[in-house]
Amino acid sequence: MSNHMTALQLVLTGDPGLFAIVQLSLLVSLSAVLCAALVGVPFGALLALMRFPGREAIIIILNALMGLPPVVAGLAIFLLLSRSGPLGSWGILFTPQAMVIAQTVLVAPIIAALTRQTIEDLWVEYRDELAAMDVGPVRRVVTLIWDARFSLVTALLAGFGRAAAEVGAIIIVGGNIEGFTRTMTTAIALETSKGDLALAVGLGLVLIAIVVVINALAWGMRHAGQRYAG
Amino acid sequence: MRAPSSDLPLMFVDASIVVHDVTILDRITLTVTSGAPTILIGPNGSGKTTLLRAAMGLVPLSAGRITWGMRDTDTPPKRAIMFQRPTMLRRSAVANVCYALAVANIPRMQRRERAAELLALVGLSEFESRPARRLSGGEQQRLALARALARDPTVLFLDEPTASLDPYSTKSIEDIIRAVSARGVKVMMSTHDIGQARRLAGDVVLLHRGRLIENTPAAQFFTTPHTKEARKFITGELLV
Repeated sequence: MSNHMTALQLVLTGDPGLFAIVQLSLLVSLSAVLCAALVGVPFGALLALMRFPGREAIIIILNALMGLPPVVAGLAIFLLLSRSGPLGSWGILFTPQAMVIAQTVLVAPIIAALTRQTIEDLWVEYRDELAAMDVGPVRRVVTLIWDARFSLVTALLAGFGRAAAEVGAIIIVGGNIEGFTRTMTTAIALETSKGDLALAVGLGLVLIAIVVVINALAWGMRHAGQRYAG
Repeated sequence: MRAPSSDLPLMFVDASIVVHDVTILDRITLTVTSGAPTILIGPNGSGKTTLLRAAMGLVPLSAGRITWGMRDTDTPPKRAIMFQRPTMLRRSAVANVCYALAVANIPRMQRRERAAELLALVGLSEFESRPARRLSGGEQQRLALARALARDPTVLFLDEPTASLDPYSTKSIEDIIRAVSARGVKVMMSTHDIGQARRLAGDVVLLHRGRLIENTPAAQFFTTPHTKEARKFITGELLV
């Protein structure tokens, strides 16, 4: 009970350490979702519309990658970015950039796979009309992404959920350095193992609250948009 | 009135479509000329929809050919289709029309004005900013007509445009079809409504089991048809 009280106090008093951790967590996860969306949405849409040999294998791999263990993704990015790795010269291991890259790798397959499914369903519905209007391939992709925009919010949310919740990848490539690469999830893992349950519980509460608020915003946006666009 | 178009006559020459050993269209030979609407009638599965889709270039022929304006079709004909169940884009009514205008390469500056004209033509001006998918069935059908007309077609194909609409909506669609036809757009449409065929037809095409049974001017079709199938059809007997 006392743990909960202290946790609540930390949150209510706006502890600056806590604030910095929350800020970095959001920055990293939202950046990763943005990067993953820029890659995943067009990729998923193209995969939905194009027919080529090996397409089904790519879809299966993509779906499987949705369950990629974060520690494995973290390890792969670690090996790439470590001093002796192929991208070691970038010198970004144990920085927030490395954490964004790792989370992008985790999130992009989710966004791409869900986009592929959404766009493919919409394409079945739109195919005849777009063909009758002689809509070219590029405009088809743009039209379908635009008209699926409210459904695609769900894909982005799923991606954000994964990014915000995971600890395995960012703790490996970020190193959980205080004031620099420490996020809510890595801090919770650390504080729990140190026995500082108050901070851990406080961070846990904040994390849950943030995820709920972001989902609520997306929900509201989606429904307002649907009312406007049908 | 538009100048006589080089896209007409539209000719089907021994046009056949066979899918998985099922003959859907069986050596159709038909000439569609300018003038009042050509009405396709025939039971379900007689090939009406497939004939329209083939003319629209949406399904390839298995044999035979389709020609436009007695020329080899290197320039695509100006044609548009309204499907029996049109799909509204997830946008406002006016955005649906603007989209069709954009695809038809109408300059951005002219789109709003053209769209407003088209919506006025189909009586949807007041629903301009309404989400298209929230419109009623009859309104969606009229919006689909506006969208098809946005392509400024020489030939407009309509696949059962008033199926499952009430008399009021049916009348408003028929009025639009008459107005469009009077402007010189060739309308070719299928229907199950024999009364509608009488009201609109310049000539009638009767299809049955993928074959063209009869093609005669409306006046003659409804009084002295050539074939016993047509006689059955106009007397309201069931042609199966």
